Parts: sequence; structure tokens; C-alpha cells
Amino acid sequence: MSSTINIPAQFEIVDRPLDTQMTISMGPQHPSTHGVLRLELVLDGELVVKATPDIGYLHTGMEKLFEYKKYQQGIVITDRMDYLNPLGNNLAYVMAVEKLLALEIPERAQTIRVLMCELQRIASHLVWLATHALDLGAMTVFFYCFREREKILNLIEAASGGRLTPSYFRIGGLMMDLPSGFERRVQQFQDGFLKAVGEFHTLLTGNTIFRKRTQGVGVISAEDAIDWGLSGPCLRGSGIDLDIRRANPYSGYEKYDFEVPTEQDCDVWARYLVRMRELKESHKIVAQALGRLRPGPVKADAPKVVLPDREAMKTHMDALIHHFLIVAEGFDVPAGEVYHPIEASKGELGVYVKSDGGPKPARVHFRGPSFVNLSALPLMSEGAMVADIVAIIGSLDIVLGEIDR
Amino acid sequence: MSTGANNERNVSEPVTTPDQRPTPSQLVTALQREHDGWFAEIVEAYGEVTAVVPREHIGAVCAALKTGADSQFNFLADLCGVDRGVEEEPRFEVNYHLFSTTRHHRIRLKVLVTEADAHVPTVTGVWRTANWHERETFDLIGIIFDGHPDLRRILLPDDWQGHALRKDFPLRGYEPYSLK
Repeated sequence: MSSTINIPAQFEIVDRPLDTQMTISMGPQHPSTHGVLRLELVLDGELVVKATPDIGYLHTGMEKLFEYKKYQQGIVITDRMDYLNPLGNNLAYVMAVEKLLALEIPERAQTIRVLMCELQRIASHLVWLATHALDLGAMTVFFYCFREREKILNLIEAASGGRLTPSYFRIGGLMMDLPSGFERRVQQFQDGFLKAVGEFHTLLTGNTIFRKRTQGVGVISAEDAIDWGLSGPCLRGSGIDLDIRRANPYSGYEKYDFEVPTEQDCDVWARYLVRMRELKESHKIVAQALGRLRPGPVKADAPKVVLPDREAMKTHMDALIHHFLIVAEGFDVPAGEVYHPIEASKGELGVYVKSDGGPKPARVHFRGPSFVNLSALPLMSEGAMVADIVAIIGSLDIVLGEIDR
Repeated sequence: MSTGANNERNVSEPVTTPDQRPTPSQLVTALQREHDGWFAEIVEAYGEVTAVVPREHIGAVCAALKTGADSQFNFLADLCGVDRGVEEEPRFEVNYHLFSTTRHHRIRLKVLVTEADAHVPTVTGVWRTANWHERETFDLIGIIFDGHPDLRRILLPDDWQGHALRKDFPLRGYEPYSLK
């Protein structure tokens, strides 16, 4: 265990009549805590002796709500968990239910899912980069990142109608096919994006202040990272080559050619580099997914689960009946339990669904990557300065909506 | 360990090429043979292996699966509690989703506990990530993890009454809650 407090000799705590340790509350309104996280910091001067995260300010009982909603109604709840990566949440949830239903998803729907998820991953990483840099005092990056993110949100809006809460993936496929001209618009975004990544690098990677604020800060060894259950860029920043898209492929990720970036430094800087490289990898996957798009159905052939086409509903009686039954009563899901993990932008997003055979789940549990990554914060921040805490929280890329659920 | 490349005829030699590594269900069956009573039931469904473990053995089973040369379940992906319903006996279950960062396989362990005696030994000694997961399960389902270093509520306030994810807890709670 490498979690011993490394305090320089001049700061060694000695028994003095006047206790020099001070406990302060950082958050829940502190801007660097990305929402409503409270940290209880025990400080010795500027040094952090102990940091204890206090979460739950955003708890809205979403897992409870699932048990009162039909399976298809649960999709909109998932949007509101990790609100920076809603399509990833949609995917994890619908795939878990599809596993219980043993549905076969058409090729085109799979490709569109990969395409949209990778665009969403880029958007999520851009918000991380923007706010991380902002926390460390670099404001310009924020505008560059949000300019690019806006383009992705427009694409998601074009496909689903929603910018932040798309609910685009449905059990058995997609809400609807992509609008006409969508590929061209994605291509436009793709053409300008690598230049934008170059701009981010120009602004930050060579920046001495940014390097000094991040290098050697928030170190967590590979061993500790696994022990604490870190996943995603936080784990890869500690040198572990693990990506669920490779380890347990889903949605056809095994057919895509991309690298899993890893860095050996185990610090905030390493996690920064991993995410910056992931931007380019996602860009690569989007390009491949665009090339793989072939005409075809986007919904599984399961009339009792998937809503029928509008046209079929008007001409076929059985389609109308199925539509009515799905909307009014939902569909029964075979009894059983599944755990489906995906690689979300922040790490392993696992969904546990337990069905007792009815149209509503018996239990839905989300393994949020932010929740687990945040639990390692005390280990990373021992012996750090107060200002480093801001850098460490930023490097974990937490979203409180997912942590508190 | 032998790679089994040159001794194809030697059947006693364990073959460990990626495709022929023991599957999770073979691993637990082997452990079952070795330690009688470690697994009450082994189920394979939806491509996932679930092993029901009597609660007194959960610590030993987790440690064995974590350190086993073939299993290497060094990563606790998730831990969650389930309320099977007020009428069910045993009422609660705790699910451990194990993952191996080297072998990339998964397994689910399940511990069943009754409402009258909702105690489970902690696995924080095996994986420290279990800390927050167990706190969450305690908070929302009300299962007590014996030996946990810091078993406090995590999502709900400390003075909250009841456990919100139990089936007999109403969706909207008992009364409007205000911080005191």
C-alpha cells in the first residue's frame, strides 16, 4: 500500500498546545467540485492530511424509480445520470435489457450506436478538458472546447431531437433512422476536429504552468488503481491497458481499428494525456463507423417489443394491437438477471438488471464509473496541497448526477 | 505455467492458450470440488455465471478467486444489494460482480441473507473498492457488512429513517424530508 502520507520534514505535525490542524469544508458550492460534491479537508497549513468526500447532495432515487417504470420508460431516466454522456447510459441500459430478451440488433443500428457513442465520448471529453483547464486557471480552452462540443450537440439533436437528453437508443434498436444528410454533417465535424485537437495541445500541452500543476500530482499506482476499482482513462493513466471495448466487445467494437492509449506516469498529467489521445481514437472510430453505414433496418424484428412503423400501424391490425399493448402495458421480460458493462467516457459503466418476468424491472443498479473513481480521491490527495485537490478532482472527470443517482 | 505448445498428447498438462483457459464456470466447479460447501448453487444464464455462496464463506471465496492463478479476479466491478420482496425468504441478496483485468472474464457471486439477520462479512479486505459499494448497499437496502471500516450512510442523510430501496419503502417516502 503506497498510501503513506508524504509530508516534508518542515511540515511534520508535532504536538503543539495550539493544534495547527484545521478541518474545512470544500464544497458543495465550490466551482471546482463540478456540481455538488463536498470534501471534508483536514489541513495542516496548506497541506492536505485527509480528504473525505461527502456525496449524496444530488440523490434523486433514480434506481428506485426504475422499479416503478416500464422497461422502455427507464431509458429517459438513464439520460439524467451521467448527463455528459447520455448516449453511453442509454446504450448500457438497453443492451442489458436486450440481453434478457435475447434480441438480435440489426447491423445498421449497431453501427449508428457506435457512431453516436463515440461522438458523445468526444463531447464528454471536451467538457472534461474545458472545465479541467478552467479549474487550473486557463480560461481560453473552455471556449475552444465548447465550440467543438456545440457541433456534436447539434448532430445529436439532428438525430434524436434532444441535445442533452437524447434517449436515442431504444430496446431493440434506435428511436428512428438518421436524418438525411447526417453523414455529410458528421463529415464536416470530422474534417475540422483534428485541427481543433491541435489547438488544445497548443494551449495546454506545452504550457509550463499547466504541466507544473499536473505533473506528479494525484499519483495512484497501477496496483492501487485496480484495488480501488478505477476504470477508464483513470486506470489507463496508471499504465493498465484495459478498455471494455476490447476486453468484452459489444456493438461490434471488435471490428473497429483503434488504439487503447495508456500512460505510465499515474498522475493528473498522465490522465490528461490519455484523454487527449482518446479524442483522436474516437475520431478514428467515427470515421470507420461512417464508412460502415449501409442501408438497412434500425429496429430488431420483435413486434412485441419494438414499436411498429407508423405506416404499418395504419394498415395492419396486428401492428396497431402491438403498438397499443407496448405503450399501454409494456412488454414482459423473461425472469433473470444480467450485468452489462460498457466503456463509457469515464470508465466501466455497468448496468445490473433483475427481472421477475413482468413489464417492470425488479431491480436496476448502475455501476457508475465516477462513483468508484471518486472513492479513490482520499488516497490520491493525501499529502497534496489544497490547490492540487482541484487538479485531482478535474482529472477524475466526475459527474455528480451519476455518483448520486 | 506450460503453454502446452509441444505436448499436445500429454492430457494431464494444463493447456493455457487463450481459447482453452478455464471458463468461469469451470473455475468455480474446480473450487467447489476442492472446498466442500463453498458454493450452494452454480447457475449459468444469459451467458453469465452466477455462484451462490453461503455468507460465512464469501470472504474466503473472494480471496481465492482473486489470487487463483487461473481466475485472477483482481477487480471488483460492482457490488449491489437486491430486495427480492417482503414475502420472499431469504429476502435480500448481495451481488458481487468480479472481473479480471488480465483474463477479461467475469463472474457473479451471490449471497442470500434473511431480513432478521441481514449481516454479511465485508470484502473490503480483498478489494478496497468494496468500501463505497458496501456503504451504498447498507444505506439503500439496509444490509450490515460486518467488519467494514466505515459503515455510514453515503447517499442519504445520516438521520434518514429506513432504507429507500426496500420494496416496502414508498416511492415518495413517508413524509417530506427536511434537513434538521
